[in-house]
Amino acid sequence: MTTNEYTVALAGNPNTGKSTLFNVLTGLSQHTGNWPGKTVVYAEGFFTYNHNRYKMVDLPGTYSLYSNSADEEVARNFIIFGKPDVTIVVLDATALERNLNLALQVLEMTSSVIVCLNLMDEAKKKGIRIDAGKLAEKLGVPVVPISARNKEGIDALLKTIDAMVCGKIKTKPIVVRYSPEIEQCMEKLIPRVKEVIGDAYPARWVALRLLDGDMSLLHAFYKLFPSKKEATVYACDGSAKSI
Amino acid sequence: MPSVKLQRLSEAEEGEHFRIEKLDIKDGTMKRRLLDLGFVPGCEIIVLQKSPLGDPTAYRVSNTTIALRKEESDHIYGERICDDNK
Amino acid sequence: MHATVPQNRFKELLNEAQALAPADTREQIVSAIFRASQAICDETVTYETQAKQYEMEKLDRIFTSKLWGFPIMLAMLAVVIYITIAGANIPSNMLASFFTWLEGYLTLFFQTLHAPDWLHGLIVLGLYRGTTWVISVMLPPMAIFFPIFALLENYGYLPRVAFNMDRLFKKAGAHGKQSLTMAMGFGCNAAAIMSTRIIESPRERMLAILTNNFVPCNGRWPTLILLSSLFMAANYTGGWKTFVTASVVVGMVLFGIVVTLSVSWVLSKTALRGIPTHYTLELPPYRRPKIWDTIVRATLDKSVYVLKRAVVVAAPAGALTWVLGNIHIGDTTILAYLANWLDPFAKALGLDGYILMAFILGLPANEIVLPILFMGYLSTGSLTEVDGLHSLKQIFVDHGWTWLTALNMMLFSLLHYPCGTTLINIYKETKSRKWTFVAFALPTAVAIAVTFLTTYIARWFSLV
Repeated sequence: MTTNEYTVALAGNPNTGKSTLFNVLTGLSQHTGNWPGKTVVYAEGFFTYNHNRYKMVDLPGTYSLYSNSADEEVARNFIIFGKPDVTIVVLDATALERNLNLALQVLEMTSSVIVCLNLMDEAKKKGIRIDAGKLAEKLGVPVVPISARNKEGIDALLKTIDAMVCGKIKTKPIVVRYSPEIEQCMEKLIPRVKEVIGDAYPARWVALRLLDGDMSLLHAFYKLFPSKKEATVYACDGSAKSI
Repeated sequence: MPSVKLQRLSEAEEGEHFRIEKLDIKDGTMKRRLLDLGFVPGCEIIVLQKSPLGDPTAYRVSNTTIALRKEESDHIYGERICDDNK
Repeated sequence: MHATVPQNRFKELLNEAQALAPADTREQIVSAIFRASQAICDETVTYETQAKQYEMEKLDRIFTSKLWGFPIMLAMLAVVIYITIAGANIPSNMLASFFTWLEGYLTLFFQTLHAPDWLHGLIVLGLYRGTTWVISVMLPPMAIFFPIFALLENYGYLPRVAFNMDRLFKKAGAHGKQSLTMAMGFGCNAAAIMSTRIIESPRERMLAILTNNFVPCNGRWPTLILLSSLFMAANYTGGWKTFVTASVVVGMVLFGIVVTLSVSWVLSKTALRGIPTHYTLELPPYRRPKIWDTIVRATLDKSVYVLKRAVVVAAPAGALTWVLGNIHIGDTTILAYLANWLDPFAKALGLDGYILMAFILGLPANEIVLPILFMGYLSTGSLTEVDGLHSLKQIFVDHGWTWLTALNMMLFSLLHYPCGTTLINIYKETKSRKWTFVAFALPTAVAIAVTFLTTYIARWFSLV
């Protein structure tokens, strides 16, 4: 029986119970409170399930991954460059609509995603019913309803994580269709993206970010590929901007 | 509806619905943040209530409650929809 | 431009993309994602009753109402502090008596071993007393205050406070989320400094960092509570005593908030000039916390924290104070020498040399200020047997304390420089020696100015 180590990232909107889930899975006690932004530094913890060891990373809670702030940049960079084996997107079942935005953004970045519908107990109380099966079908990834604070659905979640790292789950993430204008631009851009950065990163997503003028992503790539030539350019980028 | 004169979100009264038409915000970061929170053209939001001191105001946007200061709601334009059902 | 300059291919790619992109790309992207979410929700989510969904949110009509918003905040603060004071008194006394009782046996033990006096002094009178003092004074109030606070926090009340108070912060040129970081400061200023990361604008974040110290932390609550109950509520008994004590402490907290807003206002008009940046605040749904889980976890966390601090910081400080109080230069101890040297300045602030020295030696942690002061006084020869907390007042009175001394010590404690850990965190977060120094000097200047003023005014009106 071999023990493998996998990395699991927890992403989600602020205040969706990410930290609570993190505590339940890792047995750590990160402070949880009901106000947006309490996880300021990302926390790491470990757990073992079915002979595999998992490193769990609790990313800062963000509304989006379009890097409007340092928090979002941290979360985005981890998903793109940290290449976690599984990214769990924790959604607040009581405000699914807004929470889904983040899930859709994550699905553009990686296909190893498990969507976790948290606060199912609250949703039930509020008379909100979610068809998890249909949601999974729509999103193309597993959806696990849980209530982290009541420790409900945790076992199903662990099983899904296990199945995913073993390659037993084939995901087919939904592709968001943009306006014809944007789609056209992307069509032109995607081959160029593949040419420049190769297949290691999701080309469609990179193309989208470039269209959006995401400078911070550019800088992240600079740091990642410091071929000699570019390193010098980067170093003198500030002083001698000849380009 | 080019004939309808757009109004500022800040002019909407408590309890009213408001359909966003455009965000006229120069600051890119702020605009992004508002878009991410659900202040998206085409969306309908509800004015919940003002803070005890008159500002900020809380809005219901895609099932969540978000408070904005007048500085922001001044630059969100759209159409006030009076709620007839109440 | 092409071959001569080593072009960066990413930059090139970005430029290509930018040339293609329509002007409102961002809106188009976000709208598409929102539409996709909406479409998915329409098919997967059903609402049984629309009304039920926002039931809890009706609470906002009360918690943030024009009429009740502020009274409720004040009442919450008062109730939390009242319960803390009322509840902590008895366990504090019991712990103090227990430790005194144990000290007798420890002393006996040292005597039977024929241990030298200096060893007994260092270990029992210094280290042991310093540590047990911190435990008996700090543990009960903190083990009551924080679970209640955590309940409010987990319930979702804090963002409502930020919502109510925002206008005031805006007027002061600060960010509305500063009230959240202040609320964290009630627990620990050092942790609150980290929590200022939720404020994105560097200018407003700096305001929150520089003024965070004006909310009393874990290490200072007990000082405020103890002095308030010993001196401000001295003429009352029973429930009234607790009530007066709590009122004074609430007054201190409110004064701290006023100072925070004033200092923020002055800074945003001078060194940190600028207009308030954008602001969005989410008011999360109210959630009934897991009551027992929250209470047990908060109590345990805080107790462990207080005990750890007691051992790590208070024990060595207690030992050091004992050493300083027992090494003689000529016919005075080092401690007395230092205290005498500080005395004239301290007197101008309505304090005395020992108090000021306790604050200086207490730089590593606010918890140890009172124990150091207490040991300093004891080392001057008044060998009062301390039994419980009541005889404490006698020690203070013997050293010339009046209500004004107590008030000034409370004010100084509330306003003075942040503790060492907090300063280290400020340096880590700001990466600037200059701002770290400002974070030290500014509150200190405020503390000196305020205590000087109260003393001056009180003496002018011959109140003392």
